[in-house]
Amino acid sequence: MLDAFILSRIQFAANISFHILFPTITIALGWILLFFKLRFNATGDERWMENYRFWVKVFALTFALGVVSGITMSFQFGTNWPGFMETVGNVAGPLLAYEVLTAFFLEAVFLGVMLFGFNKVPNWLHTLATFLVAFGTTMSAFWILVLNSWMHTPAGYEVRDGIVYATDWFAIIFNPSMPYRLSHMLLASGLTAAFLIAGVSAFRVLRGDTAHGARLGLKTAISIAAVLIPVQIFMGDMHGLNTLEHQPAKVAAMEGNWDTQSNVPLLLFAIPDEEARENRFEVGIPNLASIILKHKPDGVVPGLNDFVKSDGTVEHPPVAPVFWSFRVMVGTGLLMLLFSWGTGYLIWRRGVDGVPKPVLYGLVGMTFSGWIATLAGWYVTEIGRQPWLVTGVLDTKAAVGDVAPALVLSTLLLYLAVYAVLTVTYILVVFYLAKKAGEGDQLPDRARTPEAITQFVPAE
Amino acid sequence: MLQQFPQWLPFTFAALMGLSILIYVILDGFDLGVGILIPFAQPEEQDIMIASIGPFWDANETWLVLAIGLLLVAFPAAHGEILTALYLPATLMLIGLILRGVAFEFRVKAPPQYKAGWTWAFFVGSLITALCQGAMLGIYIMGLHFNSWTLAFAALCAGCITVGYSMIGGTWLAMKTIGDLQIKAIEWSRRGLLGALTGIALVSLATPLVSPRIFDKWFSFPELFYLAPIPLITVTVCITLWLAINRLEREPRIKPGQPFYLSMLLFGLAYIGLAYSFYPYVVPEKMTIYDAAAAPESLKIILWGTIFVLPTILGYTALAYYVFRGKAQKLTYY
Ligand code: HDD
Ligand code: HEM
Ligand code: HEM
Repeated sequence: MLDAFILSRIQFAANISFHILFPTITIALGWILLFFKLRFNATGDERWMENYRFWVKVFALTFALGVVSGITMSFQFGTNWPGFMETVGNVAGPLLAYEVLTAFFLEAVFLGVMLFGFNKVPNWLHTLATFLVAFGTTMSAFWILVLNSWMHTPAGYEVRDGIVYATDWFAIIFNPSMPYRLSHMLLASGLTAAFLIAGVSAFRVLRGDTAHGARLGLKTAISIAAVLIPVQIFMGDMHGLNTLEHQPAKVAAMEGNWDTQSNVPLLLFAIPDEEARENRFEVGIPNLASIILKHKPDGVVPGLNDFVKSDGTVEHPPVAPVFWSFRVMVGTGLLMLLFSWGTGYLIWRRGVDGVPKPVLYGLVGMTFSGWIATLAGWYVTEIGRQPWLVTGVLDTKAAVGDVAPALVLSTLLLYLAVYAVLTVTYILVVFYLAKKAGEGDQLPDRARTPEAITQFVPAE
Repeated sequence: MLQQFPQWLPFTFAALMGLSILIYVILDGFDLGVGILIPFAQPEEQDIMIASIGPFWDANETWLVLAIGLLLVAFPAAHGEILTALYLPATLMLIGLILRGVAFEFRVKAPPQYKAGWTWAFFVGSLITALCQGAMLGIYIMGLHFNSWTLAFAALCAGCITVGYSMIGGTWLAMKTIGDLQIKAIEWSRRGLLGALTGIALVSLATPLVSPRIFDKWFSFPELFYLAPIPLITVTVCITLWLAINRLEREPRIKPGQPFYLSMLLFGLAYIGLAYSFYPYVVPEKMTIYDAAAAPESLKIILWGTIFVLPTILGYTALAYYVFRGKAQKLTYY
């Protein structure tokens, strides 16, 4: 039956999945906006400003969603996982505190200046505010990923009477998986933002929008994506190798490999069956998993059966969700490679207006591909950590709060309903803004719009 | 020296947490108040009301994140107890915050035919948030127990906080707007003040009655003496605020900020009274801040950061209020 434990897990997963959709855009979009602004400062080319003006709206919208869903996150620990802070609070606490102090306030305060201060502060201060917001979002990614990575590969602590105490902050912050996870996530954010810009710009071009800004936006976004995706694939590989060292059970689940053996194939398709402890309908490329993970065809790769105790207790994560999420992420990554390089080549040879329509439609389809890969990636990582909440230190079951299941179920349904409505509205509004931009709204003549007639009366 | 750490550290953190809750209540108080007042204004006025809080609301809510973060990190043993007990109102409050935060953006970015709907969502979200915060306060005062008395008290607090927010929101608008809207805002402030006074009186009466410990803290002998200034100053501030509102109605251009600053002071005084009643408990009648504190090593790490960073935060927050000083203008991105 559904108990408070499983419901709390689903609720946490729903909340964080919803939350991550927005930061993953804003982290990179902040830097891209700064880039637009600096290009405009340097060249005076209106097309950069046109892009700035359009994307700053999307940024504001996305940021608001990121903030409100983030506030929900910070309550989750207390409402559903009290055991988490009680056990590892001495490590998690300072990291969360530093996130609030060095990141959240920075971005939240300067956001106001960045969004609405254009006419009110000198240009340098506005540029500085844009930089500080981008920097703040990146800092918050840094701190939260330090904490998350520490939960995967804890270091620099000791346990006394069941409570974790910090012994070495350097080791905690630079724990073994942190550099990989941070780089992989920041690159993921860059790709998510790049495909968002590419998709929306393609949509504008398809609608016959004649603005030059949309073309420049498409070109910029495709360039960013084409550069980042090979780096991302390389980083992903490194990340996997690092995980093999620290969390072998997770990698075994990603590969769908039951027995420790050599010459392991890379499975393209399979249905892992945990009852029978084998795969059905396997399709694979011989030896490739061994080559990727051990760099030789007869490399020995750990299997899931090594993580079953003699009394039958299973100590590896659920296989199918990890296995499938991994394939969704990598598949999306390969599609990104195809689209960014293909479109890049076409733009290089024929210019933006020479890109055939089907390719543009494809890009529109890829608008939110970053979301899919990012969510899939997080599912691999997080589900792959189970049954631990903090690897080797705290199991998930021990942390759950004592709340009536019916109560958790009702709040869960409420959250899901709100999230569904908001996600759909968000997507519709982004495209609506793009449509409106195409209808000549992007260059308001300030003297004409009624909005510009400000009623400024000096204070006091 | 080291031996004394455990003594003053929890106190310092309780003070920091108290400070950020107070700042939160004042700052998000005025922007939630603006949300609560929104149905009473004309559509054009609504745009200005929202514009007046546009550059600030996000940073204002960050104080809540800091407060809950400090509870979480400094008093890990207490935060689970408090938040699991307040599970439902806390969740509803979060939903309220989500609604109003997104409505803020959607009402100007979604197609125009939906604008009125999102304005409505902004109101509903603000109202739910304020009501839930009041209810949480009430149940907390009642020692996190649930029965029909505590629920009635929680309902009373929910009403008070909501009215209090609409008062501080009204005085904010009286400062930030001109013309008809300012006149309306002055009237809202006045009604809000009357409501808030009733509320403070009821809560002040009820609290010592339901908690003998709090009663003793206020009404035993030498204390009564030292504490007398708090109610006395509160009464003075209320009267001054009332007069300031009347004065502003007559001369709307002169010192429009006065009622707002006095409201902040009033919030501060009510808050000090509450804080005094609870100290040293973090879970009322059950767990003191000294029982609940995290390991000193970890607290020290946070404290160092806080000492350097908090003044910086206050500094650039002040900068933001300075940049957007004066009367509210239509917000534009460029
Ligand atoms: C600060 C820590 C932290 C961070 C940054 C994340 N998570 Fe997480 N996640 C947890 C801390 C956590 C947790 C508290 O540790 C949970 C709750 C229950 C559990 O098993 O671990 C968890 C569980 C959890 C589960 C459920 C796994 C299961 O129960 O089988 C999913 C699907 C996610 N998370 C997804 C995500 C996503 C999409 C994230 C991307 C932003 C993410 N997590 C970041
Ligand atoms: C359990 C995990 C998390 C918690 C408790 C959390 C908490 C929060 C909170 C409270 C905010 C709002 C801050 C404000 O008031 O301005 C926020 C925003 C943000 N979070 Fe998270 N968060 C979590 C996970 C993540 C992850 C995994 C990332 C990215 C890798 C992330 C990146 C951000 C960013 C960039 C923002 C700024 C707002 C935005 O850009 O939309 N967070 N988060
Ligand atoms: C195509 C090649 C890719 C490979 C080989 C790869 C590899 C990996 C691996 C092994 C993990 C799990 C790390 C762990 O053990 O905890 C992971 C996680 C993740 N991946 Fe990928 N990835 C690829 C592409 C992508 C793309 C294109 C995106 C997004 C645009 C993405 C986003 C993520 C995210 C957000 C996580 C979770 C956070 C983390 O642990 O870094 N990945 N990836």
